[in-house]
Amino acid sequence: MTVLADPALAADARRERRFFLSLSLPALFIVGLAAILPILWIIRQSFLTTGGDYTVGNYEKVLSSGLTWAALVTTVELSFGTLAFCILLGTPLALALASVRPRVANLLMAFVMLPLWTSILVRTYGWLVLLRREGLINTALTGSGLTAEPLPLVYNFTGTLIGMVHYMLPLFLLPVYAAMRDIDANLVRASASMGATLAQTIRTVILPLSTGGIFSGSLIVFIYTIGFFITPAVLGGGKVNPLSIRIERTLSTFQDWGSASVLGILLLVLMALIGMMFLVARRLMARNKFGTAHA
Amino acid sequence: MMKSLPITIDSVRKAYGSYVALDDVSLDIRAGEFLTLLGPSGSGKTTLLMALAGFVRPDRGKLLLGDRDITRLAPNKRDIGIVFQNYALFPHMNVLANVEYPLALRKTPKAEARRRALDALARVKLDGLAERDIAALSGGQRQRVALARAIVFEPRVMLMDEPLSALDKNLRETMQYEIRRLHDDLGITTIYVTHDQREALIMSDRVAVMNSGRIQQIDTPQQIYDRPSTRFVAEFMGEANIVGPGAARRIDGADASHETLMIRAESFHLDAKIVGRDGVALEGTLRAKAFRGENWLLTLALDGGQEILVCIPSALAGGCAELATGQRVTAYAPAAKVHPIPGAVA
Repeated sequence: MTVLADPALAADARRERRFFLSLSLPALFIVGLAAILPILWIIRQSFLTTGGDYTVGNYEKVLSSGLTWAALVTTVELSFGTLAFCILLGTPLALALASVRPRVANLLMAFVMLPLWTSILVRTYGWLVLLRREGLINTALTGSGLTAEPLPLVYNFTGTLIGMVHYMLPLFLLPVYAAMRDIDANLVRASASMGATLAQTIRTVILPLSTGGIFSGSLIVFIYTIGFFITPAVLGGGKVNPLSIRIERTLSTFQDWGSASVLGILLLVLMALIGMMFLVARRLMARNKFGTAHA
Repeated sequence: MMKSLPITIDSVRKAYGSYVALDDVSLDIRAGEFLTLLGPSGSGKTTLLMALAGFVRPDRGKLLLGDRDITRLAPNKRDIGIVFQNYALFPHMNVLANVEYPLALRKTPKAEARRRALDALARVKLDGLAERDIAALSGGQRQRVALARAIVFEPRVMLMDEPLSALDKNLRETMQYEIRRLHDDLGITTIYVTHDQREALIMSDRVAVMNSGRIQQIDTPQQIYDRPSTRFVAEFMGEANIVGPGAARRIDGADASHETLMIRAESFHLDAKIVGRDGVALEGTLRAKAFRGENWLLTLALDGGQEILVCIPSALAGGCAELATGQRVTAYAPAAKVHPIPGAVA
């Protein structure tokens, strides 16, 4: 049985809801202006010839070019490579940060965050100083006799990957660290009291309870790396050409707005696909929960 | 019946900077005993429990399980079942997976692990909830899962850290009896931490009262309550009146004791005849009275200025309702309920 609500009180409730919704308007406005509109504009642009006539020629040209597909592969390789190293390096680091005393954790966190406060250009050229043939690392390696020849550390895929991992690691770390720090210390103790070694506790308790953070971190890594430009441009030495670089080249060398727009849309589609893949993976993992410590 | 072991705590000390959490604590717990560590927060009881569990490393001293020195043994090798204050159930596992967890770690065959986990759940009356998610359980049910998980691997010692403090009063009382029943069924040596003196009295074989990192007194609940050895224990265990020498007079006119006396509020009667001639009498002015359901609580100001609490059961308190503040009242206590506290000053 429902009781009729007092209309004045119901109106108050509605007004309150409307007020809170209205707080999102400025942000919605900016997103519309700065993101949705340009995307619509790019979509329109991709169907125009340089003369301004409608065409699907841009798509034919771009999609039939081997360079496009090579760039797509490079983009995916760079993103997944960066992600792999972020997970391998960042997860243990987050675990370490979450395990030490808060004061020490804050100090270490400051070191992790320091690179974020430095301009990406400065950092990228910094890597150049370290990694090039006559750079610090190669000088040390050849000088100490560890290697006879300098290693090809830069102006290639390796150098680009190093630069990108360095850039992304703090951003990956933050959500993973937050997730791990939120795990009740008593869960870890309980696990140990029941006989689990530290490795078993990490595998059966800490990692399953951090998957949310690891997923968020991975998504951040993808969103950033898929359109990364400066690092491949500086450290790739012209040999590492992801979609972002192809777009820039198409524009600066050929002023071909139509083709550049198609490449931009390709990037957008790639992001959407990977995003969907993440959602599905997340859903699947949630469904078959890490049932037991068996297996 | 599981094989249970005695525990020996030998001069264990733990300091955090200048704060001494455990001040050379020694304690022997018998095999199969239910011992409660009772004390206010900061008294060191949880630190002592965590030292036994292996999560706090003592500065010095020894911990023995049976005759095995476990002082430096890793927590996961101690074979001790622990029930944590907030239950510490794994939220990403269902009830059954939580209870099977310690068995899975021991590589128990799956079918046997399943059977034993279901047995443990039946013991704590959770049959039928095995497939539930932890989030779907009530506080009392979570408590039971935590118990089942702690007993399923048949540890030889159980530690419980204020396991009932998050439950409401009625449920807490039910669980007190069930935990005690479980202990009696399994005969497992149990150390139970609480700050609730009633809980300690109800559940324990012996109670160790702690304060400032030391054990003040260790004895049976009745001895601790009736014969506290220090003023702190007397006051922590209930409504205690500590009266100085001379404040109480003997009903028969004999010389009153020259010691400081402890008389519990509920030991008093308003009728001298019930008490007997060797009892004591305290006379004062009624300051306040409160009806508390099962009893009346009277506050008397003695002539020396000290206030005492007098608790009269409602069933015997015929005249209490008519008493007016400012009135002279004499409270009588039988000799058996008057306990001298050596060294204490009222």
